[in-house]
Amino acid sequence: MAPRALRSVPPTAWIGMALIALNLLMFLLGPELAPFGQEETVGAPFDPPSAGHLLGLDQNGRDMLSRLLYGARMSIGVSLAAVALSFSLGVPLGILAAIRGRAVDTVLSRVVDTVMSVPVLISALVVLQALGSSLPVLIVTIGLLDSTRVFRLSRIVAQGINAMEYAEVARLRGEGLGWMIGREILPNAMPPLVAEFGLRFCFTFLFVAGLSYLGLGVQPPFADWGGMVRDNQQGILYGLYAPLFPAAAIALLTIGVNLVVDWLLAGRTTVQGENR
Amino acid sequence: MSRLILGRLAWGLLTLWLVSVLVFAGTELLPGDVAAAILGQNATPESLAALREELGLNAPALQRYVAWLLGFLHGDLGESLANRTPVAELLWPRFGNTMALAAYAAVVAVPLAVTLGILSAVRRGSLFDRGANVIALATVSLPEYFLGLLLILLLSVRTGLLPSLANTYEGMGFLAWLQATTLPMIVLTLVTVAQIMRMTRTAVLGVMDQPFIEMAYLKGLRNGRVVLRHAVPNAAAPIVNVVAFNIAYLITGVVLVEAVFNYNGLGRFMVDAVSKRDLPMVQGAAMVFAAVYVLLNMTADIAAIALNPRLRHPRAKEA
Repeated sequence: MAPRALRSVPPTAWIGMALIALNLLMFLLGPELAPFGQEETVGAPFDPPSAGHLLGLDQNGRDMLSRLLYGARMSIGVSLAAVALSFSLGVPLGILAAIRGRAVDTVLSRVVDTVMSVPVLISALVVLQALGSSLPVLIVTIGLLDSTRVFRLSRIVAQGINAMEYAEVARLRGEGLGWMIGREILPNAMPPLVAEFGLRFCFTFLFVAGLSYLGLGVQPPFADWGGMVRDNQQGILYGLYAPLFPAAAIALLTIGVNLVVDWLLAGRTTVQGENR
Repeated sequence: MSRLILGRLAWGLLTLWLVSVLVFAGTELLPGDVAAAILGQNATPESLAALREELGLNAPALQRYVAWLLGFLHGDLGESLANRTPVAELLWPRFGNTMALAAYAAVVAVPLAVTLGILSAVRRGSLFDRGANVIALATVSLPEYFLGLLLILLLSVRTGLLPSLANTYEGMGFLAWLQATTLPMIVLTLVTVAQIMRMTRTAVLGVMDQPFIEMAYLKGLRNGRVVLRHAVPNAAAPIVNVVAFNIAYLITGVVLVEAVFNYNGLGRFMVDAVSKRDLPMVQGAAMVFAAVYVLLNMTADIAAIALNPRLRHPRAKEA
């Protein structure tokens, strides 16, 4: 990027990018950086922070910092997998509905409208009741439920592009569906889709953490941030900060992504977290 | 206009029916055997078969769905698998608690948020506007339990101003109830105010670009009067929409908040039922949550139609 373009990036976006970079580092290297194992008991429950344990110990006497680092991979990984699934389903189907129109569009849109008329949390709880909670079930359930939102956005964006002259020209040239999607629509739909990826990641990340907090998400013995808040929650009643560390980790990542998305969307009228 | 409203009502009822199909399909057709779930480890093939027969699980899915839906319409939500109590008996009191908490939060949050949103639209670009925007962005990003734990630490553990757990019981006084539920109310207010405020601001500013607003300014009206008299009434429809949307959020978002404060509401009821894998309880709670959500969204759309000045005109055609 040219120096001038860099200077026009607002400080809030820099903070956001720094937070995302930090979390990416924790996601990639967390378990390698952790000084202790995620299941290793190293002292008494709720020991306060000390030189050896910067964030203190958790409710079972395990090192909080190490568990946060291990948990990063789990919490961020599950959300990334779910968002990847929702985009790989929602984007092609949304674009297909926009190009083909008619029956394809009507059927897909009606299905999506119905799924979206139930709060995501309630739908997810119904599925978790039937299948029990495991990582594949979590990822597929959240990915499928969230793909409805991605579908809606890609459909609207693709409809707009499909009506442009250059898309019309390509159609008249006799280009096939693959060319239309790959060469005409996708490249032009990238900016809103990238911003949406950020927002959907935030939503999914908070959602996975929320389910884990309720005890219905990632199951022990794996460390994950939402579950860590739940496990350490009683500490707050004794004035301990223990549950606030994982909760703050969750908050910082979502704030980071929101700050960057806010900058990317500056000038567009999109409302954050519109469909949480 | 009445045709639009009737159409929306019909669509709402159709959605409710589709939702019942989804809930039933989601809980009954997915793999996982209810009889095996009840009997657990020590199930013999004979006892499993007997229980399936008793629960009517051998009937075809369609027949079970019709029976379930008819029961539901008559207020019979089935029996809890865990202790064979009618689900309705357990569910409605918890639903009442959740609605009470949501109402408490809505009464505080909605007027506050709409006022703040209009104020920041009036003073677009001011320090107040930018500050409100940053705070809104922050509270939208913060998980409910983070805010909840922080408030417990600050307002309860450190200062003892408010109780840390929302213990409510039947027959407690109104003031005692208010005190017990104030912390969860504050959390719910914080997470919804940001949303409503930002949307209100966007809606009002969207109207501010219209020619009739310029006309009002050219007449020599003051800024505040232009906003309150000319912009806000025309922005009412989107504002009502976002308010209803957020009240719908209050009713389901309450699930996490109830867990933080151990509040005896429908959210915790449903989470407990899911972890025990108690099918009828989950079906009941899911249907109630979904119905409230669908009804609120429908109300929002109807209110938006009724409030749209262009549609109110007798000569107005379809929107």
